[in-house]
Amino acid sequence: MNISPNWLREFVDLEVDNFRLAQDLTHVGIAVESIVGEGDATIFEMDITTNRVDAMNHYGIARECSAVYDINLIPIKPKLPAFIREASFPIEILDADLCARYTARAVCDVRIRKSPPHIAQRLLIEEHHGVNNIADATNYVLMELGHPTHAFDLDLLEGGKIVVRRARKGETLKTLDGIMRELDPEDLIIADAVKPVALAGIMGGFDTMITAKTRNVLIESAWFDPAAVRRTSRRLGMHTDASHRFERGADWGGTSLACDRVAELVLEIAGGKLGAHHDAIARDLRREAVHLDRAELKRILGQEIPETDIVRILRRLGFEPTAQRATAVALSASTPIAVVETPDSYSVEVPTWRLDVEREIDVIEEIARVYGFNNFANTLPAFAGGVVELPHARAESSLRARLLALGYDEAVSTTFISAADAQRFAGEPAVALENPLSEEAPVLRTTLVPGMLQMLAWNFNRDAKDLRLFEMGHIFSAIRNRVGERGSLCFAGTGAATENSMEAKSRALDFFDIKGDAEDLLSIFAAESVRFDAPGADYYHPGRSAKIVLGKKVVGQLGQLHPEIAATRKFKQDVWLAEFDIEHLFALPLRESRYEKLSRFPQVERDFSLLLDSTVKYEMLQRLLEALHIPELRQVQARELFRGGTVPEGKYSMLLHLTFQSIERTLRDEEVAAWSQKVIAAIEALGGSLRT
Amino acid sequence: MYTLPQLADFSPAALDNAALELKSAVESESRQVSNDSEWKVLRDRWMARKSGILTQLNDFWLKAAPGPSKRDVGQRVNELKRIVEQEIEAALSRITSSASASRIDHERVDVTLPGTRRKLGAEHPLIRTMNEIVGVFKAMGYSIAEGPEVETDYYNFESLNFPPNHPARDTQDTLFIAGQQSKPLRERLVLRTHTSPVQIRAMEKQPPPLRVIVPGKVHRAETADATHSPIFHQVEGLAVDTNITFCDLKGTLDHAMKALFGASVKTRFYPSFFPFTEPSADVQISCFKCGGRGRIEGARCSLCKASGWIELLGCGMVDPNVFGFVNYDSKKYSGFAFGMGVERITMLKYGIDDIQHFFEGDIRFLQQFA
Ligand SMILES: [Zn+2]
Repeated sequence: MNISPNWLREFVDLEVDNFRLAQDLTHVGIAVESIVGEGDATIFEMDITTNRVDAMNHYGIARECSAVYDINLIPIKPKLPAFIREASFPIEILDADLCARYTARAVCDVRIRKSPPHIAQRLLIEEHHGVNNIADATNYVLMELGHPTHAFDLDLLEGGKIVVRRARKGETLKTLDGIMRELDPEDLIIADAVKPVALAGIMGGFDTMITAKTRNVLIESAWFDPAAVRRTSRRLGMHTDASHRFERGADWGGTSLACDRVAELVLEIAGGKLGAHHDAIARDLRREAVHLDRAELKRILGQEIPETDIVRILRRLGFEPTAQRATAVALSASTPIAVVETPDSYSVEVPTWRLDVEREIDVIEEIARVYGFNNFANTLPAFAGGVVELPHARAESSLRARLLALGYDEAVSTTFISAADAQRFAGEPAVALENPLSEEAPVLRTTLVPGMLQMLAWNFNRDAKDLRLFEMGHIFSAIRNRVGERGSLCFAGTGAATENSMEAKSRALDFFDIKGDAEDLLSIFAAESVRFDAPGADYYHPGRSAKIVLGKKVVGQLGQLHPEIAATRKFKQDVWLAEFDIEHLFALPLRESRYEKLSRFPQVERDFSLLLDSTVKYEMLQRLLEALHIPELRQVQARELFRGGTVPEGKYSMLLHLTFQSIERTLRDEEVAAWSQKVIAAIEALGGSLRT
Repeated sequence: MYTLPQLADFSPAALDNAALELKSAVESESRQVSNDSEWKVLRDRWMARKSGILTQLNDFWLKAAPGPSKRDVGQRVNELKRIVEQEIEAALSRITSSASASRIDHERVDVTLPGTRRKLGAEHPLIRTMNEIVGVFKAMGYSIAEGPEVETDYYNFESLNFPPNHPARDTQDTLFIAGQQSKPLRERLVLRTHTSPVQIRAMEKQPPPLRVIVPGKVHRAETADATHSPIFHQVEGLAVDTNITFCDLKGTLDHAMKALFGASVKTRFYPSFFPFTEPSADVQISCFKCGGRGRIEGARCSLCKASGWIELLGCGMVDPNVFGFVNYDSKKYSGFAFGMGVERITMLKYGIDDIQHFFEGDIRFLQQFA
């Protein structure tokens, strides 16, 4: 909305320049976004909050000026001649719930033409280029007073009356914009005796509009129910200057003034004779006075405001405060209370244009904003009590810290994915949006994987090849009529496992890198047993992926992205992924560090070069070694895995490096030898043998 | 090259001299040894059984010594033998150890070549900013709260005093979950448009006094461009107690902004409108780039567009209607709430010119925050 400060100056005698005026208005919440043009042509581009429909016009803002500067607001009093003919024009409001008041006035024998320059120029403030002098008069008054009005060609209204009612099923109305509208029984319309002639508060009808042939006009100025106007305007997708105001609440008390003001302008610029004035009031919207307690004002604001300021601010804004002094009641005969000079409360009459003010707090806000927010002190509230962290705060920050230390950059990807990806990467049905931002991504992410792949692709396309990224965020699934929302973690690595150094070339990332990182994350938690069960979901490489199982719960999976998917996404390098359901992890206790006594005795290391059948999994070997129950066997390491070459088909070789150490004594050769024999026996039990 | 002298004078002074000469000879010879073959030559010259210098020492000095000096010469010869053995041993360890001069010379590196840096992960700038903001309020006694990103109409709107069919809802550009028409309005699901629903959830969970700070992700139906994103983050705060005032709100935010942007930052408050607070305010801070002057060395400050002020927060006193929804007694308790956009603050802090960078996962961007 645009405002001409020059126009404001017609209503208030302002001493400040436009720049200062803009600042001062902004300080009381009438925000001037920018100032364009210079001198008399200066225009303020306004940003008026939705609650302040009363300030969406010049006179309303002039009223704000009168409060800011404590100066008089010049009243608008249309000068109308005595009306000449009594053209009886009954107004019937059938649906009082939707129309509280309907004021109308006829002007006869007008001449339709272009508006004179002083009107046309004012309309240009809002970039209205003018329609005809009658329509322009209504627009002018909208800009001036903020009350939407409408003008009908009186001779095209049939049956000599106006009926305000809900539409009937099957009724239609061609609106001013030439579009035929199907009406709904919930729509409020203006009708003549025969047909709908306007969508109440939104737009007039095409067939009764002012044309070059119009001789007699009927000016409508009414109050329509905000919710009803909003319902119809949304249903029909019609947002007009009128509906914008009515939706936010027009001035119930101002219908007559607006009507007269339009009539005054019409007589001035279109000639003609004044007809009768009709004012149908279906409901009285004047509200009870609001009680304002000064103690409450102080309780909310934290600071007293002088009585003179309270009264001045309210009166300038059109409120009428009446002081209610506490009667001096003696608590006891011996302790008379001094009569309080300043009142401790007021009864505040609220003007009809302020539908947003109906409670004490609303009045307090009015006083505070005009008094100036920056005139209040800065204080800090007292506080007793402790700070409570989220239950998973430590787990989450440990995960994040560890991922960063492992070289993963944190990323935040899109919430919206394609239906195809949702299906490809998740077993659960996706949650669809009613009004998606794009047809390509109409559902909420069911997993973080599509977002991760999209980010990897983004980087590949920018020649970045060595990537490690992670994301922690919510994923969504449709569970019947509900939405399941869970925390998830996804990390991905591709390219080099280590940095190229001056002397050594790096190697490519492999399964064990990603698994090692996953194990590092799992070690944050006190998990009893972690198992890696091949394979992962079907979008992973079936031979290079696993589910991560804690107890009986699958808490995640990891592995290589299926080469087929990598190929369809034109990835030219292997991509390794891991996913965790972090809520499962957060349910686990954190692993506490434990001290173990350090051995003062030397450790003994033994290497076993094994030949094993391909069916033998390391996990089996591990279990057998554990079953030997040798407390002195401190560490088992698998090294140098080989297949092919001198290793027979269907077999593989592995170097098993064992470390023995006792906390109590130096180990004797023969006991280590005995343990070694047990180890060999265990290996042989698996069908393995020592390589010679 | 040193040769062992035949001695004629066996006086202590003469013996001292001769011993000193031998000592310095073996020292200097052993020091010149730089590889294995040289060392072998040295060892044989001094220690060979047949004609090594030590053997000669026996013959030339000890055996030649007159009776009365024999004891003295014997002691000296033993001492010298020990020294020679030690020197030769030392020479060996010098050339075989990694500390050998030649090896050290060989191992020289160009220290001006760049170091091999192990890649460190970078914290996402939004997460970092969010943690910083949360940290400031935690220090002021605020507990952390969170809520779901998919919310009901009740939590996202109704309980925050956005009545059904109210124009204030238009400002929220809501993304609606499909298939909700059969439910009552208040149960219909939306992607939360702000973190404010967590205020309600927090108040439902516990009676006053209450101080919470709520970081979180929100969504709106915004078309993505350099300054808009359908995904963004907010940090929301709420304090409720007896005697919480507008002055407290002002002081709290003024303190927090100084903690976040520096002690010299000033705040100012403008009336605004949010359905769930009254009075409501927008908060500006003085520009931390130009110090509120609007200009830097005569040029327009780009951060505050020369105004000297930056709009950063929305806030207000909790509307009594909101208390009504959570059964707090608004006559007894009062409170304030505030909220800020994490993207905006992060962009201002680092001078980031495109909000989309936050969501692309571009490592050239992310690594700048490592
Ligand atoms: Zn600046």
